[in-house]
Formats: sequence, C-alpha cells, structure tokens
Amino acid sequence: MDGPGLAALRAPGLAAETSALSVERVSHSYGERRALEGVSLAVPRGGFVALLGLNGAGKTTLFSLITRLFDTRHGRITVQGFDVSRRPSAALAELGVVFQARTLDLDITVGDNLLYHAALHGIGRRRARERVAAVLEDVGLSDRAREKARRLSGGQMRRIEIARALVHEPSVLALDEPTVGLDVASKATIVEQVRALARARGVAVLWATHLLDEIEPGDQVVVLHLGKVLASGEMSAIIASAGAADLRSAFRALTGAAAPVPDAEEGGA
Amino acid sequence: MSATALDHRRQGLTPGGYLICMRGVMWREALRFVHQRGRFLAALVRPLVWLVIFAAGWRQVLGVSIMPPYHTYILYSTYVVPGLLAMIQFFYGMQSSLSMVYDREMGNMRVLLVSPFPRWFLLVSRLTASTVISVIQCYAFLVLAWLWGVDLPAAGWISVLPALILGGFMLGAMGMVLSSLIRQLENFAGVMNFVIFPLFFASSALYPLWQVQQSSPILYQACLFNPFTYVVEFVRFSLYSSLNVTALAVVIVCTVVFTAAAILAYDPARGLLARRPGAAA
Repeated sequence: MDGPGLAALRAPGLAAETSALSVERVSHSYGERRALEGVSLAVPRGGFVALLGLNGAGKTTLFSLITRLFDTRHGRITVQGFDVSRRPSAALAELGVVFQARTLDLDITVGDNLLYHAALHGIGRRRARERVAAVLEDVGLSDRAREKARRLSGGQMRRIEIARALVHEPSVLALDEPTVGLDVASKATIVEQVRALARARGVAVLWATHLLDEIEPGDQVVVLHLGKVLASGEMSAIIASAGAADLRSAFRALTGAAAPVPDAEEGGA
Repeated sequence: MSATALDHRRQGLTPGGYLICMRGVMWREALRFVHQRGRFLAALVRPLVWLVIFAAGWRQVLGVSIMPPYHTYILYSTYVVPGLLAMIQFFYGMQSSLSMVYDREMGNMRVLLVSPFPRWFLLVSRLTASTVISVIQCYAFLVLAWLWGVDLPAAGWISVLPALILGGFMLGAMGMVLSSLIRQLENFAGVMNFVIFPLFFASSALYPLWQVQQSSPILYQACLFNPFTYVVEFVRFSLYSSLNVTALAVVIVCTVVFTAAAILAYDPARGLLARRPGAAA
C-alpha cells in the first residue's frame, strides 16, 4: 500500500511544515467507541487529495477535528503550519469548509449568507461585497445573489456553499461529501468547478467522498476504513499495491467491503 | 490568494475585525428577526394578552399595597408591567436558544463556530445580538402598555435600559446553556414545561412575593431561589429609577455564571457537544 504520498506521512514533522493540511496520528473516541485511530494524511500546497471511505469510516469525525468543532486530544492537525488546537484562529483563517450537512441560512438571501460569512472572518463591508461578487461569478451563480437561499436547488446550494468557503480566500478547502444527494449533472458540475478553482487559485483541496467516480487517475487518495488509514498515495499506486485492476477492486481488496456505487446515499459518521 | 488576503492574514485578528464580526452576527440576527415577523408579533401578543385580559380580570381582585419601589397604591396592570418586560426577555432568550438548537440541527451553527474568532467571542456576540432584539421588543411593549393607559414614570423609560440589557444578557446566556443540553428540537417542549413555566410562575412577575409568602411559604422560598425573580425586581426598581442592590448582584452573578457555562458547553475541548457522535455543533 505504498505510494508517493506515504513519504510525507512517515515524516509527520516535515509534513506539517511543507503541507497545506497535515493530520498526524490523530485518534478520536466517542466514549468507548473508537472513531479514528492513528490517522495521518497530508495535503500538499495546491494539491488535491481524495479521502475515500464508506459511511461510518470516520470522515465526518475527521472533518470535525480539522475544523475544530471537536478538540484534537490525540495527534496533531495543522493548516498551513498552524496547529489547529494551539493556534485555532490562524489555522481556521486559512481553511474554507463545506460540510456534509447543508449549512446555508435558508431564510436570508444568497448574498446575505456570503456577507455573513465574510463578517465572521473579519472582512469589511466593501471588500466583502467585492469578494462575494467574485466568488458568485466563479461558481456561475451571480444572478442568484438576491434570491432567498430556500429557493435554490440542491446543486445550487452546494455551489453557493463552495463559493462561501472561498470568500475569505483560504489556502485549504475541505469538502465533506459535497455531492451527497445530488443528481448526476449537479455532481459533475461541482467536481469540475472545485478542480478548476483549485487549479486556478492554487488552493489545496481535501475532498471526502464515498464515490469512486469522483476520483481521477492522477489524484492522491487516502483510503479510510473503520477509523484507520488503509492506504495512501496516488490512485495508480494504490491499485498496483493492492494487485487490483481498478480502484473499485483495490478498495474491495483493502477493506474487504463492497465498493460504494455512484448513486448511493449517505449519512456520515 | 490575493495580496489583500495576505495582508489581512498578516494583520491577524484586529480590533476592527472583532467589531466587523460582532456586527455581522448582530446583523444576521436582525435579518432573521425581520424576516420572521410572526415571531415579533407573537413576542408582543403574549405579554399583551396578560396585560389586557389577565390584568383586567385581576384588577378588582388583587390590590397592590404600597411597597418599594412604589410610593402609592398602584393598579395591578401597573404592577405586572415589569414582570411582562422580563417575560419578553425570558421568552426571547429561550426562543434564541431554540434557534441555536435549530441552527445546530440544520448545520448553520457550524458556520459560526468555524470562524477564526475565539469561540467565547462568537457566543458573546450572539448573546449581544439576542439581547438587542429583546430590548427592542421590550420598548415596543412599553409603548403599547402606555397606549393602553398604564402609568409609567417618564424617567423610567431611560433608567430601565441597563436593567433590560443585563436581564436580556442573563436570560440569553441561560438559554444558551439549555441549548447545549438539548439534543433535538423536539426536546424543547420539555424545556417549556420543566424550565420556562416553573421559573416564570414561581417568581414575582405576576404577584408580589409577600402575597406568595402568605399563601405558601414553600413557594415563597422557591421564588427566592429563582434567578428570574431578581431580573423582574431589577427591572421593576429600574423602571422607577431606583436600584435594588440584591437584584443587581444576583443578576450580575447569574450572568457571569451562565455565560461561563455556555462558553464551556460550546468549548470543543471540554464541551458537552464533543462527547457525542454526530453532534459537531
């Protein structure tokens, strides 16, 4: 299960310095139940890493730790070198997040949702308006700024959430199953837009998913299963090390579980 | 990343940034309030029902003798106004906590909590926002009470403001603590039955404590242990430009305790939320 990404994982101290996002030997429990055990991964600056795992693998728990909704008690997480536990303000300022659950305020307009987010990052009104206009253009929804969020389709809401995560120009974008519950066309649009934005802005992306069709051949992949990282590296390396023909077979060989299908529905753990 | 963004990062969290953040939280609360006009009307109708119907019925039955801060006999409708002001704040504080549970279930709360500003500051901003809204509601009710013929001292309109701010803060913080304990929106009915109603009725909001003492010494003791009683008395005395030192002290202590408890409850390191799966705010 070796791959190019593992070199960074074996030297966590180095990873923290050179990576945009670094997770080092992180464990987390809910009471007696172990949700994550010794999880390590690194997202290089401007890189795209897919965190692949079935429901209950621990992806959402890991996101809660990265975003400091939960405190990291075992291990270390850094964003742009800032420790999330010790320097949460600096770390969170560098992080843009799209949660698995919808987090738009449905009773206010799209523009107001984005302006609210800008204020939460201390961005003044004039600059905030400029940024909101720019990110809405990036996701192709400039014409929806004055509409109530409630009126948007699921796919449009997701794109607005991605736009919102980019308002403060983060270095790292973390997306927890952003395509859950969307139709095929909306999924494709979102995957495409995030990849394009990441390329254009040099933003590092951590993309959590259980859908294999969202992963491209050149992507770095981290396979998370029952709270543990089973494999990490470039997709082709993972397939080769598992002695499989494709990622689906490699996933099955690594986890012993059937690989998820593209139209599967989700509820994370 | 643009040069402006880099400059912004280098500056870190500036005092101006804190101000922008707090203003943003207050602005969002105000937007929600404006968009939910039903909430505003409900908040006014509830105390008005007590004033117009309940107080009219009790007017003949319940005489209120001379007792501080009143210098003369007063009508029951005058007596009940401070209690109803506190009631507005109490219900708004609880409504705000209900909205926090809703935000948590809907995920909006995460947007607030992943802000780079310190968690305590975000919660205090939210408390400040809900306090400002509840004070506006109180003044709207005072205008209606005045139009209804309730006699209120002119200076009281100003002197009551600090009491409304502090009272609103305390009750908002209490609601925030409760919101951290409630797992689901459905559980809020239990809070109504086991927290809001007992605290409201076992207080001096609707009847003077000396009358409670005459009818039930046990209930009187309960009223004395009830922090809501002190909010009511603080507001009552302030409305007549007097200071009830005991009430002020209790309200300050309770505000500090409830705010600290709320901050602790939402602290990712120690908070109750961190101990259960799927409850990441």
